Amino acid sequence: MAHAAGVDVGSTQTKAVIIDANRRIAARALVDTGANVVVAAERAFEAAMAAAGLDEREVGFVVGTGYGRYRVTFGHVQVTEISCHGRGAVQMFPATRTVVDMGGQDTKAIRVSPTGEVLDFCMNDKCAAGTGRFLGAAAAALEIPLDQLGPTALRAERPVAITTTCTVFAESEVLSWVARGRRIEDILLGVHQSIVSRALGLMRRVGIESEVTFTGGVARNIGMVKALVDALGMPVNVGEESHFMGALGAALFAMDHVEGRRAREAS
Amino acid sequence: MTWTAGIDVGSTYTKAVVVDEAGRIAGVSLLRTGFRLPEAAQRALEAAAACAGMGADAVAYVISTGFGRFQVPFRNLQVTDLTAAARGARHLFPGTRTVLDIGGQTMKATRLDERGRVKSFRLNDKCASGTGAFLEKTARYLNYTTEEIGPLAMLARQPVTISGVCAVFAESEVINHLSQGASPADIMQGAIVSLVHRSVQLMKRVQMEAPFALVGGILRFESMAALMRKELGEAAYVPRPDLVQHVGALGAAVLGQRRLAEGVPGGAPRWTASSSG
Repeated sequence: MAHAAGVDVGSTQTKAVIIDANRRIAARALVDTGANVVVAAERAFEAAMAAAGLDEREVGFVVGTGYGRYRVTFGHVQVTEISCHGRGAVQMFPATRTVVDMGGQDTKAIRVSPTGEVLDFCMNDKCAAGTGRFLGAAAAALEIPLDQLGPTALRAERPVAITTTCTVFAESEVLSWVARGRRIEDILLGVHQSIVSRALGLMRRVGIESEVTFTGGVARNIGMVKALVDALGMPVNVGEESHFMGALGAALFAMDHVEGRRAREAS
Repeated sequence: MTWTAGIDVGSTYTKAVVVDEAGRIAGVSLLRTGFRLPEAAQRALEAAAACAGMGADAVAYVISTGFGRFQVPFRNLQVTDLTAAARGARHLFPGTRTVLDIGGQTMKATRLDERGRVKSFRLNDKCASGTGAFLEKTARYLNYTTEEIGPLAMLARQPVTISGVCAVFAESEVINHLSQGASPADIMQGAIVSLVHRSVQLMKRVQMEAPFALVGGILRFESMAALMRKELGEAAYVPRPDLVQHVGALGAAVLGQRRLAEGVPGGAPRWTASSSG
């Protein structure tokens, strides 16, 4: 019963993290969310348990987070992804004061206290501009695999300025730059910069305080990390676990419950 | 007889209209704009002239409009989309006081005074959810083509509610509705209802006055036109389907006749200047 789990059901991918009593990551798993959210949550959780060599009885508490958190049928409690990203980021990078989370369908800026509590946040969830979907549209228009976008953008020399806000219109703008003979690398860097400028707008609204930690699926994109660092003019924390930050935060909240119960049982 | 042409280089389609001195339409054309705007404009003019049974060199004056109006090297003049659509709408429906123009990537509302001068306008060109692209995207998520939007929506029985907040996020809405058993027709019609609401909002922001002219490619979908008429009442006029996309080009062509009547010099379009430019 010494373990706790967090399951983060995102619009694109579902992440699960299991931590041990020392709050260290025991296992993590990632599956595509797909159409059946309930099944995705179960599969991610089961894969994490298998990786940790645990069965269900050994996981004392499960917290669901992400847009599909109410569909984590085996979860005991739901916590918003904003709280979870804040909590996870401070656990991984204790000096974190600002979190920028870029996911498949939304981008969030979160200002946190030294203990990881959310002080303020701002999000872009009504419009696909400035989210991972914007990258997806560019990838589709240019017929480049998603994981090649960042590395390709790094080879840019003279980035184009993407002027459209809307993701739908950006698709045609990208193609019109191709038609005008601009290099794919330069177009892609322009796309990354345009997303970063939207994220920066959100971050300014909550106040940018060092250190900044970059979380969410898009944080795996090296081109986006570079564009963010360049635009901020300060370093940014990105870890191997950035993608799992929401699930990690959820697991930490779950561990609070496990410990609370243990304390009650002891008294 | 003196002929003039209007060429409307839009984000999706390029339209051309040739008119005679009385403003009667002699020929029209419509083709996809693509990325070579000068070429699209030239081909559109040649096609409209051919449709009128003449060569493009018979056209004495060319006015361009639309987002690509500056990319028509052989033009004599360019006018804004608002001016062209207002002129075209007044030509078809003389008393028009408010014009709504919905194209592939823009939505525009214009209020005119009694003489047809632009008094107020609002446009949305920043967000696809208020434009034809919203319907095109919805159709694509449903696996239908743009041309199937009209016929499909006609089959609707009980349109579902589509929030219309973002054309990209509409994809998950569409998938949700499909998984809950809604028919593609009811989803398509739901998207049209949401676009109608956006249109009426934009028109309210220019303090719309009747009569209304509803123009642009999106009005070729019958259920869009029908719903707009339901919202706006009797005094909402829609050009016939084969002209609804050509109102801006028509307005530009008619303005060309007026320029010639005022005595400005015209002359046949010179391609050589265009192809080298």
